[in-house]
Amino acid sequence: MVLGTYKEIVSARATDKQIQKVSQDGGIVTGLLAFALEEKIIEGAVVAGPTDEFWKPEPMVAMSADEIIAAAGTKYTFSPNVMMLKKAVRQYGIEKLGTVAIPCQTMGIRKMQSYPFGVRFLADKIKLLIGIYCMENFPYASLETFISEKMGISMELVEKMDIGKGKFWVYTQDEVLSIPLKETHGYEQSGCNVCLDYVAELGDVSTGSVGSPDGWSTVITRTDGGDSIFKQAVEAGAFETKDIANVKPGLDLLQKLSAQKKEKNQKTIDKRKEMGLPVPF
Amino acid sequence: MSLISKLKGLLGIGAKPANEEPKPAKSGQVGASEQEVEKVAEENAKPRIGYIHLSGCTGDIMSLSENYDILAELLTNMVDIVYGQTLADVWEMPEMDLALVEGSVCLQDEHSLHELMEVREKAAMVCAYGSCSATGCFTRYSRGGQQARPDHESFVPIADLIKVDCAIPGCPPSPEIIAKTVVALINGDMDYLQPMIDLAGMTEGCGCDLQKYVVNQALCIGCGTCAMACQTRAVSMTNGRPEVNGDRCVKCGICYVQCPRSWFPEEQIKKDLGL
Repeated sequence: MVLGTYKEIVSARATDKQIQKVSQDGGIVTGLLAFALEEKIIEGAVVAGPTDEFWKPEPMVAMSADEIIAAAGTKYTFSPNVMMLKKAVRQYGIEKLGTVAIPCQTMGIRKMQSYPFGVRFLADKIKLLIGIYCMENFPYASLETFISEKMGISMELVEKMDIGKGKFWVYTQDEVLSIPLKETHGYEQSGCNVCLDYVAELGDVSTGSVGSPDGWSTVITRTDGGDSIFKQAVEAGAFETKDIANVKPGLDLLQKLSAQKKEKNQKTIDKRKEMGLPVPF
Repeated sequence: MSLISKLKGLLGIGAKPANEEPKPAKSGQVGASEQEVEKVAEENAKPRIGYIHLSGCTGDIMSLSENYDILAELLTNMVDIVYGQTLADVWEMPEMDLALVEGSVCLQDEHSLHELMEVREKAAMVCAYGSCSATGCFTRYSRGGQQARPDHESFVPIADLIKVDCAIPGCPPSPEIIAKTVVALINGDMDYLQPMIDLAGMTEGCGCDLQKYVVNQALCIGCGTCAMACQTRAVSMTNGRPEVNGDRCVKCGICYVQCPRSWFPEEQIKKDLGL
Protein backbone atom coordinates (compact mmCIF):
# COMPACT_ATOMS: atom_id res chain seq x y z
CA MET A 1 0.00 0.00 0.00
CA VAL A 2 1.74 3.05 -1.25
CA LEU A 3 -0.15 5.45 1.06
CA GLY A 4 -0.19 3.21 4.14
CA THR A 5 -3.29 1.99 5.94
CA TYR A 6 -6.04 4.59 6.12
CA LYS A 7 -9.72 5.12 6.71
CA GLU A 8 -10.44 8.11 4.53
CA ILE A 9 -8.73 10.65 2.29
CA VAL A 10 -10.23 14.08 1.67
CA SER A 11 -9.14 17.48 0.49
CA ALA A 12 -9.68 20.05 3.24
CA ARG A 13 -8.89 23.47 4.58
CA ALA A 14 -9.39 25.33 7.84
CA THR A 15 -12.33 27.74 7.83
CA ASP A 16 -10.67 30.11 10.30
CA LYS A 17 -9.48 33.18 8.34
CA GLN A 18 -6.63 33.83 10.78
CA ILE A 19 -5.30 30.30 10.22
CA GLN A 20 -5.75 30.55 6.44
CA LYS A 21 -3.61 33.68 6.44
CA VAL A 22 -0.57 32.06 8.10
CA SER A 23 -0.82 28.40 7.11
CA GLN A 24 1.42 26.68 4.59
CA ASP A 25 -1.49 25.00 2.81
CA GLY A 26 -4.94 24.24 4.18
CA GLY A 27 -4.06 24.89 7.82
CA ILE A 28 -4.90 21.34 8.84
CA VAL A 29 -2.17 20.92 11.47
CA THR A 30 -2.79 24.31 13.05
CA GLY A 31 -6.56 23.97 12.82
CA LEU A 32 -6.71 20.43 14.17
CA LEU A 33 -4.36 21.08 17.11
CA ALA A 34 -6.26 24.27 17.95
CA PHE A 35 -9.57 22.38 17.75
CA ALA A 36 -8.27 19.54 19.92
CA LEU A 37 -7.02 22.07 22.46
CA GLU A 38 -10.35 23.86 22.53
CA GLU A 39 -12.27 20.59 22.92
CA LYS A 40 -9.85 19.51 25.68
CA ILE A 41 -8.86 16.41 23.69
CA ILE A 42 -5.33 17.66 24.33
CA GLU A 43 -3.93 20.05 26.94
CA GLY A 44 -0.96 21.17 24.93
CA ALA A 45 1.01 20.39 21.80
CA VAL A 46 4.63 20.15 20.77
CA VAL A 47 5.11 22.21 17.62
CA ALA A 48 8.00 23.63 15.59
CA GLY A 49 8.08 27.11 17.07
CA PRO A 50 9.83 30.23 15.79
CA THR A 51 13.23 31.37 17.12
CA ASP A 52 15.30 34.55 16.86
CA GLU A 53 16.98 33.12 13.78
CA PHE A 54 14.94 33.37 10.60
CA TRP A 55 13.55 30.02 9.42
CA LYS A 56 15.35 28.06 12.13
CA PRO A 57 12.63 26.37 14.22
CA GLU A 58 12.90 24.93 17.71
CA PRO A 59 10.47 22.47 19.31
CA MET A 60 8.07 24.34 21.54
CA VAL A 61 5.27 23.34 23.92
CA ALA A 62 2.20 25.32 22.87
CA MET A 63 -0.54 25.65 25.48
CA SER A 64 -2.81 28.08 23.61
CA ALA A 65 -4.28 28.45 20.13
CA ASP A 66 -2.21 31.62 19.64
CA GLU A 67 1.01 29.74 20.30
CA ILE A 68 -0.06 27.01 17.88
CA ILE A 69 -0.86 29.59 15.20
CA ALA A 70 2.54 31.24 15.78
CA ALA A 71 4.16 27.95 14.73
CA ALA A 72 2.22 27.63 11.44
CA GLY A 73 4.05 27.30 8.15
CA THR A 74 6.67 24.85 6.88
CA LYS A 75 10.31 25.30 7.85
CA TYR A 76 12.48 23.10 5.66
CA THR A 77 15.01 22.24 8.34
CA PHE A 78 15.27 20.29 11.60
CA SER A 79 12.96 20.71 14.55
CA PRO A 80 13.59 17.69 16.81
CA ASN A 81 10.02 17.74 18.16
CA VAL A 82 10.28 14.26 19.69
CA MET A 83 12.80 15.42 22.28
CA MET A 84 10.25 17.90 23.64
CA LEU A 85 7.54 15.31 24.38
CA LYS A 86 9.06 14.25 27.69
CA LYS A 87 9.54 17.84 28.77
CA ALA A 88 5.92 18.60 27.88
CA VAL A 89 4.73 15.83 30.16
CA ARG A 90 7.24 16.22 33.00
CA GLN A 91 7.78 19.95 33.16
CA TYR A 92 4.52 21.32 31.78
CA GLY A 93 2.45 18.63 33.48
CA ILE A 94 0.52 17.84 30.30
CA GLU A 95 -1.50 14.62 30.60
CA LYS A 96 -3.00 14.71 27.11
CA LEU A 97 -0.49 15.71 24.49
CA GLY A 98 -0.70 16.50 20.80
CA THR A 99 2.15 16.90 18.36
CA VAL A 100 3.06 17.36 14.75
CA ALA A 101 5.78 15.20 13.24
CA ILE A 102 7.40 14.35 9.95
CA PRO A 103 7.42 10.62 9.08
CA CYS A 104 10.75 9.77 10.75
CA GLN A 105 9.63 11.56 13.90
CA THR A 106 6.38 9.58 13.95
CA MET A 107 8.59 6.47 13.75
CA GLY A 108 10.54 7.54 16.83
CA ILE A 109 7.33 8.25 18.71
CA ARG A 110 5.54 5.05 17.68
CA LYS A 111 8.57 2.89 18.44
CA MET A 112 8.71 4.47 21.89
CA GLN A 113 5.00 3.69 22.37
CA SER A 114 5.38 0.04 21.40
CA TYR A 115 8.73 -0.42 23.17
CA PRO A 116 9.08 2.20 25.92
CA PHE A 117 12.36 0.77 27.24
CA GLY A 118 13.52 3.75 29.24
CA VAL A 119 10.65 6.14 28.63
CA ARG A 120 8.22 5.93 31.52
CA PHE A 121 4.63 7.15 31.57
CA LEU A 122 4.73 9.00 28.28
CA ALA A 123 3.46 6.52 25.70
CA ASP A 124 -0.19 6.71 26.75
CA LYS A 125 -0.24 10.50 27.05
CA ILE A 126 0.12 11.13 23.33
CA LYS A 127 -3.46 11.61 22.21
CA LEU A 128 -3.04 13.16 18.79
CA LEU A 129 -0.12 12.64 16.43
CA ILE A 130 -0.46 14.60 13.21
CA GLY A 131 1.99 13.44 10.56
CA ILE A 132 3.02 15.65 7.66
CA TYR A 133 4.15 14.42 4.27
CA CYS A 134 7.88 14.71 3.79
CA MET A 135 10.06 13.99 0.77
CA GLU A 136 13.32 15.07 2.44
CA ASN A 137 14.70 17.58 4.94
CA PHE A 138 17.63 19.97 4.85
CA PRO A 139 20.28 21.14 7.30
CA TYR A 140 19.91 24.86 8.02
CA ALA A 141 23.16 25.56 6.16
CA SER A 142 21.60 24.03 3.02
CA LEU A 143 18.72 26.53 3.21
CA GLU A 144 21.27 29.32 3.51
CA THR A 145 22.95 27.99 0.37
CA PHE A 146 19.69 27.98 -1.59
CA ILE A 147 18.50 31.37 -0.44
CA SER A 148 21.54 33.49 0.36
CA GLU A 149 23.87 32.07 -2.27
CA LYS A 150 21.82 30.66 -5.14
CA MET A 151 18.95 33.18 -4.99
CA GLY A 152 21.03 35.98 -3.58
CA ILE A 153 18.60 37.30 -1.01
CA SER A 154 18.72 37.61 2.74
CA MET A 155 16.94 34.93 4.83
CA GLU A 156 15.13 37.61 6.79
CA LEU A 157 13.26 38.86 3.71
CA VAL A 158 11.68 35.45 3.16
CA GLU A 159 8.00 35.23 4.06
CA LYS A 160 7.31 31.71 2.88
CA MET A 161 9.16 28.73 1.44
CA ASP A 162 7.55 25.98 -0.57
CA ILE A 163 8.51 22.92 -2.56
CA GLY A 164 6.21 22.05 -5.43
CA LYS A 165 5.97 21.63 -9.19
CA GLY A 166 9.64 20.64 -9.38
CA LYS A 167 10.95 23.78 -7.74
CA PHE A 168 12.04 25.22 -4.41
CA TRP A 169 10.10 28.47 -4.07
CA VAL A 170 10.75 31.49 -1.92
CA TYR A 171 8.25 34.31 -1.45
CA THR A 172 9.25 37.75 -0.23
CA GLN A 173 6.99 40.75 0.17
CA ASP A 174 7.38 41.69 -3.47
CA GLU A 175 8.93 38.84 -5.41
CA VAL A 176 8.70 35.12 -6.02
CA LEU A 177 12.01 33.34 -6.52
CA SER A 178 12.75 29.72 -7.30
CA ILE A 179 15.48 27.23 -8.07
CA PRO A 180 14.90 23.87 -9.77
CA LEU A 181 14.75 21.00 -7.28
CA LYS A 182 17.68 19.45 -9.16
CA GLU A 183 19.85 22.14 -7.62
CA THR A 184 18.83 21.09 -4.11
CA HIS A 185 19.92 17.50 -4.60
CA GLY A 186 22.89 16.55 -2.49
CA TYR A 187 21.99 19.25 0.01
CA GLU A 188 19.38 17.09 1.79
CA GLN A 189 20.44 15.24 4.93
CA SER A 190 21.63 11.80 3.88
CA GLY A 191 19.55 10.06 6.57
CA CYS A 192 16.53 10.92 4.39
CA ASN A 193 17.82 8.72 1.60
CA VAL A 194 16.83 5.47 3.35
CA CYS A 195 13.37 6.72 4.39
CA LEU A 196 10.49 4.71 2.94
CA ASP A 197 7.65 6.83 4.29
CA TYR A 198 6.33 9.81 2.37
CA VAL A 199 2.82 10.31 3.76
CA ALA A 200 3.47 9.75 7.50
CA GLU A 201 1.97 6.27 7.49
CA LEU A 202 2.01 6.00 11.30
CA GLY A 203 0.24 9.27 12.13
CA ASP A 204 -3.24 9.36 13.63
CA VAL A 205 -3.97 11.80 10.83
CA SER A 206 -1.58 12.69 8.02
CA THR A 207 -1.67 15.78 5.89
CA GLY A 208 0.27 17.61 3.20
CA SER A 209 -0.11 19.75 0.13
CA VAL A 210 0.30 17.20 -2.66
CA GLY A 211 -2.93 16.14 -4.34
CA SER A 212 -4.94 19.23 -3.45
CA PRO A 213 -5.13 22.70 -5.01
CA ASP A 214 -3.26 25.69 -3.53
CA GLY A 215 -4.67 26.69 -0.16
CA TRP A 216 -5.99 23.17 0.45
CA SER A 217 -4.45 20.03 1.96
CA THR A 218 -4.85 16.33 1.38
CA VAL A 219 -5.91 14.77 4.68
CA ILE A 220 -5.54 11.04 5.43
CA THR A 221 -7.22 9.69 8.56
CA ARG A 222 -5.65 6.48 9.84
CA THR A 223 -6.28 5.43 13.44
CA ASP A 224 -9.70 5.27 15.13
CA GLY A 225 -8.68 8.18 17.34
CA GLY A 226 -7.40 10.33 14.50
CA ASP A 227 -10.42 9.63 12.32
CA SER A 228 -12.83 10.54 15.09
CA ILE A 229 -11.05 13.79 16.05
CA PHE A 230 -10.90 14.95 12.42
CA LYS A 231 -14.58 14.13 11.85
CA GLN A 232 -15.54 16.00 15.02
CA ALA A 233 -13.59 19.00 13.78
CA VAL A 234 -15.31 18.88 10.38
CA GLU A 235 -18.72 18.60 12.04
CA ALA A 236 -17.90 21.53 14.29
CA GLY A 237 -17.14 23.59 11.19
CA ALA A 238 -13.40 23.91 11.74
CA PHE A 239 -12.72 22.50 8.27
CA GLU A 240 -14.45 22.44 4.91
CA THR A 241 -13.82 19.32 2.87
CA LYS A 242 -14.05 18.13 -0.72
CA ASP A 243 -14.13 14.62 -2.05
CA ILE A 244 -10.57 13.85 -3.12
CA ALA A 245 -11.94 12.24 -6.29
CA ASN A 246 -13.18 15.65 -7.44
CA VAL A 247 -10.01 17.68 -6.95
CA LYS A 248 -6.97 18.11 -9.13
CA PRO A 249 -4.29 16.79 -9.21
CA GLY A 250 -5.80 14.31 -6.76
CA LEU A 251 -4.64 10.98 -5.43
CA ASP A 252 -2.79 9.91 -8.57
CA LEU A 253 -0.03 12.43 -7.99
CA LEU A 254 0.20 11.60 -4.28
CA GLN A 255 0.51 7.89 -5.06
CA LYS A 256 3.06 8.55 -7.76
CA LEU A 257 5.32 10.64 -5.52
CA SER A 258 5.02 8.19 -2.64
CA ALA A 259 5.91 5.27 -4.91
CA GLN A 260 8.86 7.21 -6.33
CA LYS A 261 10.25 7.96 -2.88
CA LYS A 262 9.91 4.34 -1.79
CA GLU A 263 11.50 3.02 -4.96
CA LYS A 264 14.43 5.43 -4.98
CA ASN A 265 15.22 4.99 -1.30
CA GLN A 266 14.81 1.22 -1.43
CA LYS A 267 17.64 1.30 -3.98
CA THR A 268 19.78 3.24 -1.51
CA ILE A 269 18.96 0.67 1.16
CA ASP A 270 19.90 -2.19 -1.15
CA LYS A 271 23.13 -0.45 -2.10
CA ARG A 272 24.00 0.10 1.57
CA LYS A 273 23.39 -3.57 2.26
CA GLU A 274 25.74 -4.50 -0.56
CA MET A 275 28.39 -2.27 0.99
CA GLY A 276 27.84 -3.87 4.39
CA LEU A 277 26.43 -0.70 5.96
CA PRO A 278 23.66 -0.97 8.56
CA VAL A 279 20.02 -0.14 7.73
CA PRO A 280 17.11 -0.05 10.14
CA PHE A 281 14.44 -1.16 7.65
CA MET B 1 -13.93 -9.59 30.85
CA SER B 2 -11.05 -11.89 31.59
CA LEU B 3 -7.95 -10.69 33.36
CA ILE B 4 -5.85 -11.00 30.30
CA SER B 5 -8.21 -8.89 28.22
CA LYS B 6 -8.36 -6.38 31.03
CA LEU B 7 -4.61 -6.26 31.36
CA LYS B 8 -4.22 -5.98 27.64
CA GLY B 9 -6.76 -3.20 27.59
CA LEU B 10 -4.91 -1.33 30.33
CA LEU B 11 -1.69 -1.65 28.43
CA GLY B 12 -3.19 -0.86 25.06
CA ILE B 13 -2.01 -4.16 23.66
CA GLY B 14 -3.78 -6.16 21.00
CA ALA B 15 -6.28 -3.48 20.00
CA LYS B 16 -6.75 -5.44 16.81
CA PRO B 17 -6.45 -9.20 16.58
CA ALA B 18 -4.21 -10.39 13.77
CA ASN B 19 -5.63 -11.36 10.37
CA GLU B 20 -8.91 -9.55 10.92
CA GLU B 21 -10.62 -7.22 8.48
CA PRO B 22 -9.43 -3.65 9.09
CA LYS B 23 -12.68 -2.55 10.71
CA PRO B 24 -12.91 -0.71 13.99
CA ALA B 25 -13.33 -3.33 16.73
CA LYS B 26 -16.68 -3.18 18.51
CA SER B 27 -16.23 -2.61 22.18
CA GLY B 28 -16.98 -5.56 24.42
CA GLN B 29 -16.57 -8.04 21.60
CA VAL B 30 -13.80 -10.55 21.91
CA GLY B 31 -12.13 -11.63 18.70
CA ALA B 32 -11.37 -15.26 17.94
CA SER B 33 -7.63 -14.86 18.34
CA GLU B 34 -8.10 -13.30 21.75
CA GLN B 35 -10.01 -16.37 22.89
CA GLU B 36 -7.17 -18.48 21.63
CA VAL B 37 -4.72 -16.40 23.59
CA GLU B 38 -6.75 -16.87 26.75
CA LYS B 39 -6.98 -20.58 26.12
CA VAL B 40 -3.22 -20.79 25.79
CA ALA B 41 -2.82 -18.80 28.99
CA GLU B 42 -5.26 -21.03 30.84
CA GLU B 43 -3.65 -24.20 29.62
CA ASN B 44 -0.21 -23.04 30.62
CA ALA B 45 0.59 -22.76 34.27
CA LYS B 46 1.31 -19.28 35.55
CA PRO B 47 4.91 -18.40 34.75
CA ARG B 48 7.19 -18.72 37.75
CA ILE B 49 9.19 -15.54 37.96
CA GLY B 50 12.23 -14.89 40.11
CA TYR B 51 14.02 -11.66 40.83
CA ILE B 52 17.75 -11.74 41.41
CA HIS B 53 19.43 -8.68 42.84
CA LEU B 54 23.14 -8.37 42.03
CA SER B 55 25.00 -5.04 41.96
CA GLY B 56 21.91 -2.95 41.35
CA CYS B 57 20.16 -0.10 43.12
CA THR B 58 16.64 -1.62 43.43
CA GLY B 59 15.45 1.06 41.00
CA ASP B 60 14.56 -1.58 38.46
CA ILE B 61 12.26 -3.50 40.78
CA MET B 62 10.75 -0.24 41.98
CA SER B 63 9.92 0.50 38.38
CA LEU B 64 8.26 -2.92 38.09
CA SER B 65 6.18 -2.16 41.16
CA GLU B 66 5.06 1.13 39.64
CA ASN B 67 2.53 -0.80 37.60
CA TYR B 68 0.12 0.04 40.42
CA ASP B 69 -3.07 -0.43 38.42
CA ILE B 70 -2.28 -3.94 37.34
CA LEU B 71 0.21 -5.16 39.92
CA ALA B 72 -2.27 -6.81 42.26
CA GLU B 73 -3.86 -8.73 39.39
CA LEU B 74 -0.49 -9.50 37.93
CA LEU B 75 0.92 -10.90 41.15
CA THR B 76 -2.23 -12.66 42.29
CA ASN B 77 -3.55 -14.17 39.12
CA MET B 78 -1.08 -14.03 36.30
CA VAL B 79 2.38 -14.89 37.56
CA ASP B 80 3.97 -16.59 40.53
CA ILE B 81 6.80 -14.65 42.09
CA VAL B 82 8.79 -17.58 43.42
CA TYR B 83 12.03 -15.90 44.43
CA GLY B 84 13.44 -12.46 45.19
CA GLN B 85 14.88 -10.79 48.27
CA THR B 86 12.43 -7.91 48.30
CA LEU B 87 9.46 -9.93 47.05
CA ALA B 88 9.40 -13.38 48.61
CA ASP B 89 10.62 -15.00 51.81
CA VAL B 90 12.48 -17.79 50.06
CA TRP B 91 16.10 -18.71 50.76
CA GLU B 92 16.74 -21.57 48.36
CA MET B 93 16.64 -20.57 44.73
CA PRO B 94 13.83 -22.58 43.08
CA GLU B 95 13.28 -23.57 39.44
CA MET B 96 12.01 -20.56 37.46
CA ASP B 97 10.51 -19.96 34.02
CA LEU B 98 11.89 -16.44 33.96
CA ALA B 99 14.58 -14.87 36.09
CA LEU B 100 14.85 -11.10 36.04
CA VAL B 101 18.39 -10.17 37.00
CA GLU B 102 19.01 -6.67 38.25
CA GLY B 103 22.50 -5.21 38.52
CA SER B 104 25.88 -6.07 37.07
CA VAL B 105 28.26 -8.66 38.54
CA CYS B 106 31.27 -7.87 40.70
CA LEU B 107 34.08 -10.18 39.66
CA GLN B 108 35.67 -9.94 43.10
CA ASP B 109 32.47 -11.01 44.88
CA GLU B 110 32.28 -14.79 44.90
CA HIS B 111 28.72 -14.80 46.27
CA SER B 112 27.45 -12.76 43.31
CA LEU B 113 29.27 -15.01 40.89
CA HIS B 114 27.83 -18.08 42.55
CA GLU B 115 24.31 -16.65 42.53
CA LEU B 116 24.54 -15.80 38.85
CA MET B 117 25.71 -19.29 37.93
CA GLU B 118 22.88 -20.74 39.99
CA VAL B 119 20.32 -18.56 38.19
CA ARG B 120 21.51 -19.87 34.88
CA GLU B 121 21.00 -23.42 36.09
CA LYS B 122 17.59 -22.83 37.66
CA ALA B 123 15.92 -20.52 35.14
CA ALA B 124 14.61 -21.49 31.73
CA MET B 125 14.94 -17.92 30.60
CA VAL B 126 17.38 -15.35 32.02
CA CYS B 127 16.58 -11.70 31.43
CA ALA B 128 19.12 -8.93 31.95
CA TYR B 129 16.71 -6.52 33.55
CA GLY B 130 17.83 -2.90 33.63
CA SER B 131 20.91 -1.41 32.06
CA CYS B 132 23.36 -2.40 34.81
CA SER B 133 22.60 -6.00 34.10
CA ALA B 134 22.44 -5.51 30.33
CA THR B 135 25.24 -3.08 29.51
CA GLY B 136 27.01 -2.48 32.83
CA CYS B 137 25.57 1.05 32.85
CA PHE B 138 27.23 3.30 35.43
CA THR B 139 29.00 0.42 37.17
CA ARG B 140 31.23 0.66 34.08
CA TYR B 141 32.86 3.53 35.97
CA SER B 142 33.68 1.42 39.04
CA ARG B 143 37.37 1.13 39.83
CA GLY B 144 37.60 0.00 43.44
CA GLY B 145 39.55 1.59 46.23
CA GLN B 146 36.63 2.26 48.56
CA GLN B 147 36.01 0.89 52.05
CA ALA B 148 35.04 -1.68 53.20
CA ARG B 149 36.07 -3.65 50.10
CA PRO B 150 38.77 -1.77 48.20
CA ASP B 151 39.24 -4.88 46.08
CA HIS B 152 35.69 -4.73 44.65
CA GLU B 153 36.54 -2.93 41.46
CA SER B 154 35.40 -4.93 38.42
CA PHE B 155 31.79 -5.00 37.36
CA VAL B 156 30.52 -6.54 34.13
CA PRO B 157 27.12 -7.07 32.49
CA ILE B 158 25.80 -10.53 33.23
CA ALA B 159 26.08 -11.68 29.60
CA ASP B 160 29.87 -11.51 29.99
CA LEU B 161 29.57 -14.54 32.28
CA ILE B 162 26.44 -16.48 31.38
CA LYS B 163 24.19 -16.96 28.40
CA VAL B 164 21.45 -14.34 28.58
CA ASP B 165 18.18 -14.96 26.75
CA CYS B 166 16.79 -11.45 26.65
CA ALA B 167 17.51 -7.96 27.87
CA ILE B 168 15.34 -5.06 28.96
CA PRO B 169 17.62 -2.05 29.17
CA GLY B 170 16.74 1.21 30.90
CA CYS B 171 17.97 3.03 33.94
CA PRO B 172 15.46 2.05 35.12
CA PRO B 173 13.33 0.27 32.47
CA SER B 174 9.90 1.87 32.26
CA PRO B 175 7.07 0.26 34.22
CA GLU B 176 5.22 -0.26 30.94
CA ILE B 177 7.95 -2.25 29.25
CA ILE B 178 8.10 -4.79 32.06
CA ALA B 179 4.31 -5.12 32.06
CA LYS B 180 4.26 -5.52 28.28
CA THR B 181 7.03 -8.11 28.49
CA VAL B 182 5.23 -10.18 31.09
CA VAL B 183 2.01 -10.10 29.07
CA ALA B 184 3.90 -11.13 25.94
CA LEU B 185 5.50 -13.94 27.88
CA ILE B 186 2.14 -15.18 29.15
CA ASN B 187 0.70 -14.97 25.64
CA GLY B 188 3.73 -16.65 24.11
CA ASP B 189 4.02 -13.59 21.86
CA MET B 190 7.53 -14.20 20.58
CA ASP B 191 7.16 -11.47 17.95
CA TYR B 192 6.87 -8.87 20.68
CA LEU B 193 9.78 -10.35 22.61
CA GLN B 194 12.13 -10.58 19.63
CA PRO B 195 13.79 -7.16 20.16
CA MET B 196 14.49 -8.12 23.80
CA ILE B 197 16.03 -11.34 22.58
CA ASP B 198 18.16 -9.42 20.09
CA LEU B 199 19.20 -6.92 22.73
CA ALA B 200 20.68 -9.70 24.86
CA GLY B 201 23.71 -9.41 22.60
CA MET B 202 24.16 -5.71 23.30
CA THR B 203 26.47 -5.63 26.30
CA GLU B 204 27.91 -2.18 25.70
CA GLY B 205 25.98 1.07 25.69
CA CYS B 206 27.04 4.68 25.53
CA GLY B 207 25.89 8.04 24.22
CA CYS B 208 28.69 7.75 21.69
CA ASP B 209 26.69 4.94 20.02
CA LEU B 210 24.60 7.72 18.47
CA GLN B 211 27.62 9.20 16.78
CA LYS B 212 29.24 5.89 15.80
CA TYR B 213 26.24 3.87 14.69
CA VAL B 214 23.76 6.53 13.54
CA VAL B 215 25.43 9.82 12.55
CA ASN B 216 28.62 8.25 11.20
CA GLN B 217 26.53 5.70 9.30
CA ALA B 218 24.50 8.41 7.50
CA LEU B 219 21.31 7.33 9.25
CA CYS B 220 20.50 10.24 11.60
CA ILE B 221 17.41 12.24 10.73
CA GLY B 222 17.51 14.63 13.69
CA CYS B 223 14.17 13.50 15.12
CA GLY B 224 15.22 14.00 18.76
CA THR B 225 14.09 10.59 20.04
CA CYS B 226 17.51 9.97 21.63
CA ALA B 227 17.35 13.26 23.54
CA MET B 228 13.84 12.39 24.74
CA ALA B 229 14.91 8.89 25.80
CA CYS B 230 18.07 9.86 27.70
CA GLN B 231 17.34 9.38 31.38
CA THR B 232 20.09 11.68 32.61
CA ARG B 233 19.53 14.50 30.10
CA ALA B 234 22.97 13.94 28.68
CA VAL B 235 21.75 14.27 25.09
CA SER B 236 20.80 17.58 23.51
CA MET B 237 20.22 18.43 19.86
CA THR B 238 22.52 20.85 18.04
CA ASN B 239 21.81 21.67 14.40
CA GLY B 240 19.59 18.61 14.24
CA ARG B 241 22.19 16.17 15.55
CA PRO B 242 22.59 14.61 18.99
CA GLU B 243 25.26 16.12 21.17
CA VAL B 244 26.25 13.95 24.11
CA ASN B 245 27.60 15.29 27.35
CA GLY B 246 29.98 12.46 28.23
CA ASP B 247 30.18 13.59 31.85
CA ARG B 248 26.45 13.03 32.29
CA CYS B 249 26.19 9.80 30.27
CA VAL B 250 25.82 6.69 32.46
CA LYS B 251 26.28 4.24 29.56
CA CYS B 252 22.80 2.75 29.85
CA GLY B 253 22.46 2.45 26.07
CA ILE B 254 18.87 3.67 25.96
CA CYS B 255 19.48 6.48 23.43
CA TYR B 256 20.58 4.05 20.77
CA VAL B 257 17.98 1.43 21.71
CA GLN B 258 15.11 3.95 21.30
CA CYS B 259 16.52 5.53 18.12
CA PRO B 260 14.21 4.72 15.18
CA ARG B 261 17.31 4.26 13.05
CA SER B 262 18.91 1.49 15.13
CA TRP B 263 16.10 -1.07 14.63
CA PHE B 264 12.50 -0.55 13.70
CA PRO B 265 9.59 -2.81 14.73
CA GLU B 266 7.21 -1.84 11.93
CA GLU B 267 4.89 -4.87 12.15
CA GLN B 268 4.46 -4.55 15.91
CA ILE B 269 3.74 -0.83 15.69
CA LYS B 270 1.06 -1.37 13.05
CA LYS B 271 -0.48 -4.09 15.17
CA ASP B 272 -0.50 -1.85 18.23
CA LEU B 273 -2.08 1.02 16.27
CA GLY B 274 -4.64 -1.16 14.51
CA LEU B 275 -3.15 -0.26 11.11
